[in-house]
Amino acid sequence: MSVELLSPIPGKVMKVFVKAGETVNEDDEVMRIESMKMENPIYAPASGKITEVLVKENDEVETDDLLLVIED
Amino acid sequence: MLDVFASGFSGLIAGFLHLSMPNIIMIVIGGILLFLGIKKDFEPLLLVPIGFGCILVNIPLADLMEPGGFLRTIYEAGIMTELFPLLIFVGIGAMTDFEPVLENPITFLLGAAGQFGIFLTLALALALGFKELEAVSIGIIGACDGPTAIYVTSQYAPHLLGAVSVAAYSYMSLVPLIQPPIMRALTTEKERTTVMKAHKKTVSPTTKLLFPLVITILGGLIAPKGLPLLGTIMLGNLMRESGAVERLTKASQNEIANVVTLLLGISIGATMDGRVFLQPQTLIVLCLGFIAICLDTACGVFLGKVLYVFTGGKVNPLIGAAGISAFPMSARVVMREGQKYNKKNYLLMHAMGANAGGQIGSVIAAAVMLSVLKGMGII
Repeated sequence: MSVELLSPIPGKVMKVFVKAGETVNEDDEVMRIESMKMENPIYAPASGKITEVLVKENDEVETDDLLLVIED
Repeated sequence: MLDVFASGFSGLIAGFLHLSMPNIIMIVIGGILLFLGIKKDFEPLLLVPIGFGCILVNIPLADLMEPGGFLRTIYEAGIMTELFPLLIFVGIGAMTDFEPVLENPITFLLGAAGQFGIFLTLALALALGFKELEAVSIGIIGACDGPTAIYVTSQYAPHLLGAVSVAAYSYMSLVPLIQPPIMRALTTEKERTTVMKAHKKTVSPTTKLLFPLVITILGGLIAPKGLPLLGTIMLGNLMRESGAVERLTKASQNEIANVVTLLLGISIGATMDGRVFLQPQTLIVLCLGFIAICLDTACGVFLGKVLYVFTGGKVNPLIGAAGISAFPMSARVVMREGQKYNKKNYLLMHAMGANAGGQIGSVIAAAVMLSVLKGMGII
């Protein structure tokens, strides 16, 4: 089953720590989004293999934009 | 011939001879403020000019705070007239986006709850024997808002100005240390881990444009004595939201705010003359100010808990702590704390709502207080 990670906040993607094909554990930090001049760590919603990363550094994201997909 | 040298030399050591113990202590305190600002990054934009002003005014014989002295001139021009805090407010209005509040108006309640500390501290100060106007000035530290505190104190208890503003600004920078233990103590594990859904309701530009106007007119009619505070912050916000006067908005956010911050800081420092500042009263003011901010946090979290119950567990009570005016610091604290307990919890935008609510709330609280005092015939 695949789990989608939607952006919880609007802001700018500062860093992406993972690539498609990598495996992550639930609650691993996968990226960091700057919002309101604050760096916000974004954590993996589930453990599994990342099938797709839809944003890159410096992208502007809105709330509920799809950030990545994890296959568990 | 030798006499001339001797008297000339005595002129050079006169300063040292006049240096009193209170002066020395205050120069050290000024040094500590500089240290906190420069090395510890505690509100450096304010603590650096305040600390330096404090050192300047405690050097004897320079008479910088006597009539004609340059610090006195700045003080009289900007603090006694209340111009500096009001100009800062234009900048704050221009910097603040009230969208998170408008998106979720319930958070405005939290911004109101965060002001209870002001009134509780006011009562406490009265009980401790402070005069009414002094108590008002001390309570206002609980607004957690430097310019509001300076505005009120300079008008009604100028002799407390140094203590009140140092308390307001230093506690503001200590928000990340003061708030979390209170937030933890007052909430249960289950409440803290409550996930709040992201809001995607968009606020129309017209609403955002009308908001400052409505608040100004309505707030001004309810609390006319507070209109200078409310009016300036809303002028800044109207300029921001209108998008029509970008140059003025930018100037208010940057140049004006920066210049005024410098002058404000140095004249606050200049009120910290050892002879006036080093009194037991100052210590009590500092303690009461601390209590005020703790009470604000507690009241905000309590209302958060009430909302948690009423919404059937949809509101995380932690966001209540952001109902103070320390913007956006307090919202960040909430975000961080929330994530500590549940990594999938992103409270930032909700906390921003409460925080922006607190920003207006503190101004309205001050305005209401002044108007009530006026009604009672005290001022």
